[in-house]
Order: sequence, then C-alpha cells, then structure tokens
Amino acid sequence: MRPAWSIIFFTSSSGLGLGLAGWIVLGLLDFASKAQLVGIAIFALALIGGGLISSTLHLGHPERAWRALSQWRSSWLSREGVLAFIVVDALLVWFAYAYLVGTPPLWASVILLVLILATVYATSMIYASLKTVARWHHPLTPLCYVMFAAAGGLLAALWLMAVIGQPASMAMGQSVMLLMAAAWGVKLAWWRVAANAASGSSIASATGLGSATGLGSETGLGSETGEVRSLMPPHTSENYLQNEMGFVVARKHAQKLRAMAILLGGVLPVAIVWFAGGTITPQSQAALALALGSHIAGVFVERWLFFAEAKHVVTLYYGDAH
Amino acid sequence: MTSLPEPSAIKLGLVIDLDICVGCQACVVNCKEWNTSGYGAPLGDENAYGAEPSGAWLNRVHAYETGEGDAARTVHFPKSCLHCEDAPCVTVCPTGASFKRAEDGIVLVNEDWCIGCGLCAWSCPYGAREMDPFEGVMKKCTLCVDRIYNDNLPAEDQVPACVRTCPTNARHYGDLGDPNSEVSLMVAARSGFDLMPEQGTKPVNKYLPPRPRRTPTEQPMSLVAMADAETPKGFWKWVDTTLEKLG
Repeated sequence: MRPAWSIIFFTSSSGLGLGLAGWIVLGLLDFASKAQLVGIAIFALALIGGGLISSTLHLGHPERAWRALSQWRSSWLSREGVLAFIVVDALLVWFAYAYLVGTPPLWASVILLVLILATVYATSMIYASLKTVARWHHPLTPLCYVMFAAAGGLLAALWLMAVIGQPASMAMGQSVMLLMAAAWGVKLAWWRVAANAASGSSIASATGLGSATGLGSETGLGSETGEVRSLMPPHTSENYLQNEMGFVVARKHAQKLRAMAILLGGVLPVAIVWFAGGTITPQSQAALALALGSHIAGVFVERWLFFAEAKHVVTLYYGDAH
Repeated sequence: MTSLPEPSAIKLGLVIDLDICVGCQACVVNCKEWNTSGYGAPLGDENAYGAEPSGAWLNRVHAYETGEGDAARTVHFPKSCLHCEDAPCVTVCPTGASFKRAEDGIVLVNEDWCIGCGLCAWSCPYGAREMDPFEGVMKKCTLCVDRIYNDNLPAEDQVPACVRTCPTNARHYGDLGDPNSEVSLMVAARSGFDLMPEQGTKPVNKYLPPRPRRTPTEQPMSLVAMADAETPKGFWKWVDTTLEKLG
C-alpha cells in the first residue's frame, strides 16, 4: 500500500500523544507550577491534534472532513474520528479542571483513560478491519498500535519528568525499558505473523480460470489450465489502483529498515534510559530528549514499513500469483 | 447511512461471458464516454496525450493466459463494480457517501458527501473504485443508473452503456434476484461464478466460464501428405514418368 506521509505522521504522532495523555491522566506527572501544566497540556494536545490535522491532508475534500463523524455505526474510520473528537475535548476539560480546581476525580481520569485506549484501538482497526490486506487483518495489529502508544507515551513522560525537575523512581525507568521491549516484542511477533498472512485468494480465484475454483470439472478448462498468467494489463501505464495498492519500491530493503526501526525505536532509547533515567541533570534531560527523538524516528520507519510492505489482493488481477 | 440495507429482492447486475469477450475495449470506451458526462463529476484524465496517460475508468478489460502449448488459451476479462450484497466499500465509508440502494442493490457514491479518503477503494478486493485525479472524489460503476431508469431513452438504450455497446454480446444486464430472469437462467445454464468468493462480498455480477475446447475426433491430414499420396493420371502421368527417366 502507498505509504502516505500524512497518514504515517497521523498514526505515529497521535499515538504518541494519546499514550502520553494516558500516563498524565494516570497522575504520573507532578506539576510544580501552573505554567508547567499548561506547557505539557499544549505539548500533548499538539501531538494528538497535529496528527489529526495531518490525517485530513491526504483527503480529496478536507473541508468535508466533519462528515466523517457520522457513520460510527459501521465504519472504524468514523469511530476513530468520533473518539478522537471526544478525547481531545475531554482532555481540554481535564486539563482545565487541573488548572482551575486541582487533581480531577479518579472516575473522570479512568473514563478518559478508557477513551484514550479506545481511540488508539480504533486507529489501528481502520487498517486491521480490511480483509483485502492480509498483513493487517490480524488481532496483533491493534496490539502493536496500543503497545507503541503506551511505551512511547511513558518515555515521553519520563523525559518530561526530567524537564520539570520531578525525580523519577527506579521503577519508572525500569517500566519504560520493559514496556519498550514488550512493544518491540509484539512487533517482532507481528512481522512473523505478517510474513505468513494469506488472503485466501489467488489469481485463480480472482479470475475463476484456475482449477482451484473447481470450475475445471464443469467446463473442462481447469484440466487444461491449472495456472493463470496475466497477459496484458488493461491500460498502457500505471493507474490509481497500482499506485495505491501495489507499492513495491522498498520491499527489497525491508530487512534493513526493520533493523533500523528496532535500533532507533527500541534499542537506543532503552540504552539511554538505562544510563540516564532517574537523574535530573541538564545532561539527562538532553539524553532523554534524544531517546524520545530516536524512538519517534524508529516508529516512523516502523509505520512506513507497515504501509509499504502491505499488499492488496487487487494486485492478483495485475499478475501476482498469490 | 453506510450500514448495508436488508438484501433487496431486486438485484440489478451484469453477467459477463468470458467465452465470448474478444477484448475489443468498446465497453471500456463507451463507459467512459457516457459516465464522463453523466452521473457526478467527469472522469478525469491526467497527461492524456503524454507518454504516461492515467485517469479514472469505471470498467477495465484485462487479458489472461492459461495452460501451456496446445492447451494454452487467452481469456479477455472485463472488470467493473460487482455491486456486492456484502459490500465492504459501503460499511467502511466514514461519511455515508458510499451506499447501497435498498430498492435494487446498486452501489453508488454520493459525490457531494465524499471526502476522498480512499478507504472504500482499499476495502474493495476487485479494484472497482478509482479516485478521480482532479475532483478528489471516488468514482465507480453506477450500473448506468441514469440510463436504465431513463424513460427519455428508447427502450433498447435503457441498459448500461457497456452492455449496449458490446459488439459480441458478451455482456448482459438484468435482475439477478429473480431466478427466472434471462440473466439468472444464463448463469444457471452455464455455471456462472463469483470472483473471489472467499472474500465474503457476495457479488451480484456473475461471470460465465469459457466453454470447453472442442477437441477434434481424428487428426486432420496434412496437405503435403495428401498431394504426395495422389498418383498422377493421363498427361501428368506421362510428364511424371518422363521426368523420372531424365534422372
């Protein structure tokens, strides 16, 4: 599938922002001043909102984006939109309450946390619900999205602790490392599952011309054929379908890019947290900022591969055997 | 409303005969001609007269090859929207622009509501939807909804443009919900089949398989062998024997 930058940015930025918001709502950060509260609220909301705005950039008609809030009964894209809309509003209320009154009541924070998780889940289900893309159509896909949001969010929270001068416990640093390892563990499992994911369709079932459909016995054709090959595409140059669904440019570099994603997104951040976590010095602030930046870059590569490596069943009509 | 309606009694659709289609592309051209000035936005073409032209088309004809050697054959394969009963392109639409009509099962796009997100094209296993490069809305086969119900047209023209134009009669239009309709009888008689039934979309359009090859009962004699076997008579016999003597 064509890896649109707007969508890669949307899923990774909103995912990170939502993860961070989740940890903030859980009360992980002790704001020493109202300025800190406002600054961090803006940071989290910018990550979420920036991603959401970016997601409208690839639309043919961004001015009609509000219509996408209407079909939550059947469409995961619509559900994602509705949930994101509610979460952003609820977060604004949560931060306003924290600013004006004090720590928001536990029940409100719990509801907000559930909504945040639901939003990340809905984002992933836009892709995981598509039966036409076998690599995505799997329960591990939502788990990957949720795990990266949680791990990235906690790393961002650890960096913000250093920034606002809040001492982080040993357990905090360990949690970041554990969660980061778990997230990439799930991703490795996903890659293994994705490699074997089959759509169940083939060029034979797509055209009905192979013996696979059992047509052979009926028509005598199957016994003659058994194999179907594309002789001519229906047009002289590439069309929308091939551009959109048959992206192949970097599939050959997939292994290198995966290694890069793990190194940047997981290994380097964990190593930095190992050495710099839990201390509040200008050096550790910078180091944790580097860890977060590296993680973001790694997830970006991971998300790019998520799209670029995925193949749509329509490619069968253009000559893919299976 | 992008939830699917209850399955309609009337299921309008196409039956495409793979035995007959010669791949002339007339249906492709007439589809584009009718629909670029019919329902919704025109069907745009980018770089139409350049080296790499591309554009939105609602009907495309592939060609496949099966078998090897003497058993090999070419099958021309027209493909457009199959107006599926369980159309995933309808349920994924976030705006309600993509819908299936409750009265006759035609799947359409309300282009005034379409935001051009492209998710419906991603959800379609058949590649039946293409984004218009200029209008930013999704285009798809309308089953020529502006022809089939159009009483201003003569009765013979009240069929989809592709069906009307097919010079070999490889395309048929009718109600596949009625088991006694001409198209349904044709599907029953010729073992019409669904494309990618395993995708669970329950397409309304059906395809008729190529008929089995007729294998000749005895080998035809070669012309050279026939000429050699013939013994000349009269004048030609004299010529033949005289030339033989000359060595």
